Amino acid sequence: MVHEASAPDERAEQFDAWVADENKVEPQDWMPEGYAKTLVRQISQHAHSEIIGMQPEGNWITRAPSLRRKAILLAKVQDEAGHGLYLYSAAETLNVSRDQMEADLMSGKAKYSSIFNYPTLTWADVGAIGWLVDGAAIVNQIPLCRCSYGPYARAMIRVCKEESFHQRQGFELMMALSQGTPEQKAMAQDALNRWWWPAVQMFGPPDHDSPHSAQSMAWKIKRFSNDDLRQKFIDMAVKQAQALHIEIPDPDLKFNEETGHWDTGEINWDEFWAVVKGHGPCSRERMANRRKAHNDGAWVREAATAFAAKERARAEKVAA
Amino acid sequence: MSKVDPLFETCLRLGDTALVLGQRLAEWSSKAPTVELDIALSNHALDMIGQAQLFLEYAGRVEGKGRDEDALAYHRQDFEFRNAMIAELPKGDFACTMVRQLLFATYASMFYERMTASTDADLAAIAGKAEKEMAYHARHAGEWVVRLGDGTEESHQRAQDAVNLLWPYAHELFQTDVVDQAMIETGVLPDAAAFKGEWLGEIEAVLKRATLSLPEDDWMPSGGRSGQHTEHLAYLLAEMQVLPRAYPDAKW
Repeated sequence: MVHEASAPDERAEQFDAWVADENKVEPQDWMPEGYAKTLVRQISQHAHSEIIGMQPEGNWITRAPSLRRKAILLAKVQDEAGHGLYLYSAAETLNVSRDQMEADLMSGKAKYSSIFNYPTLTWADVGAIGWLVDGAAIVNQIPLCRCSYGPYARAMIRVCKEESFHQRQGFELMMALSQGTPEQKAMAQDALNRWWWPAVQMFGPPDHDSPHSAQSMAWKIKRFSNDDLRQKFIDMAVKQAQALHIEIPDPDLKFNEETGHWDTGEINWDEFWAVVKGHGPCSRERMANRRKAHNDGAWVREAATAFAAKERARAEKVAA
Repeated sequence: MSKVDPLFETCLRLGDTALVLGQRLAEWSSKAPTVELDIALSNHALDMIGQAQLFLEYAGRVEGKGRDEDALAYHRQDFEFRNAMIAELPKGDFACTMVRQLLFATYASMFYERMTASTDADLAAIAGKAEKEMAYHARHAGEWVVRLGDGTEESHQRAQDAVNLLWPYAHELFQTDVVDQAMIETGVLPDAAAFKGEWLGEIEAVLKRATLSLPEDDWMPSGGRSGQHTEHLAYLLAEMQVLPRAYPDAKW
């Protein structure tokens, strides 16, 4: 723990030692400005991803093909809203308000995961998202349960439990399609074709091109590099695709006997950066929908505030 | 009406109303005024869809022709649906959704509370679950109707417009026909007319706190429970049923 009375240089050193020793940092503790800033960026970006991520899957709630699937999907999208809330709360412990974070999302200043800028064109996309996108998210997020910042680590434990449930549901949906009619199998294959590469890109740019990684690793916010996590996901997903009898859309995919891992073909990082910059197929629509929901709800939030003020005034009058 | 099995018909009425209202509530996902309300509305939608599954599954068993809840939900035409019309009206703004929830859930909590004593064990069991859910929906909606009614000028106007729009459709919930009468006589269903006064009292109490008023009772549309719907239902079903209809041989 860092002593408040220490000189600035010593504080930074003490902090680094504390974190290096696998201790948790709590909101009341002293922390370097950069550490707090990195966390706010990462946690709020994560929260925004949960909120925007409700849209692509939410697109199929009213068209889910059975009542059971409808309930599962609705509950999943609802969980994402819940994750958004825990994460906003975790970020709020770093003295940033939810209003500010939401404003940054809507102004385009804050980013969210690029994967949600792709469209869900068929029902199989709901399965592919659960299987691949939640699958990738789990690989990314399990190490975050050991993140040095206590509130984030604790939020992630709960998020990961729910995500792994979602991943299994997505895989089970894909399994039903892959064992179904020829049209359903084709639907599953088409979804994999469209979601594979964006899912692989979810781990972020390659290590040599990831500006924040080294410092985040030193601060134990991040535990594994982007490329290591990506490889872990690919190895897992290849086996799962085999179980589903659908083919990963990569002619260069092959098992490397030497490393024991699956090697992929070239990842299209130009596309990744274009989507990050807001040129994904649904980027504008996702943002427009979020702004519209926020604006359409303004009168409700204003009403709740006005009513609360009236109630307070009435209570004071009674007390007086 | 001689060929209609009143118990089957009853299960459809209860199940379809829950399903159609659940579908409308689900439309709020990712569009609610706050993240907290998004979660709450999804919860309410999930409760309704859960009730629909139970009622329609039972309907299938009563009918005895091998139709399960999905066959009934996805492979019937609009005129075969038996939901009350108040459930199928568009979700409208947040005031419409909350006023509808208040009117319907207050009714449904009273109805299911009594239905727990049904002579039909399956319906009594479903009512035991549904009663608690609907009581919660009614309380949640009541609190919001008060906030909106007594909030800002705009929210008051929107809430009053919602009451004016939805009020006429509430009466259908209390109408009884030969199907209901057969079920009431055998103790399967409670008589809704018997608690209309109590229901009205609760609604008026909420509206009074909300500084809202009830419109005059003049137009009282009905017909949903016998298959005569508004123009809105066919669109709702076209969307909901699209996949099972496009791929009739598929299992999902």
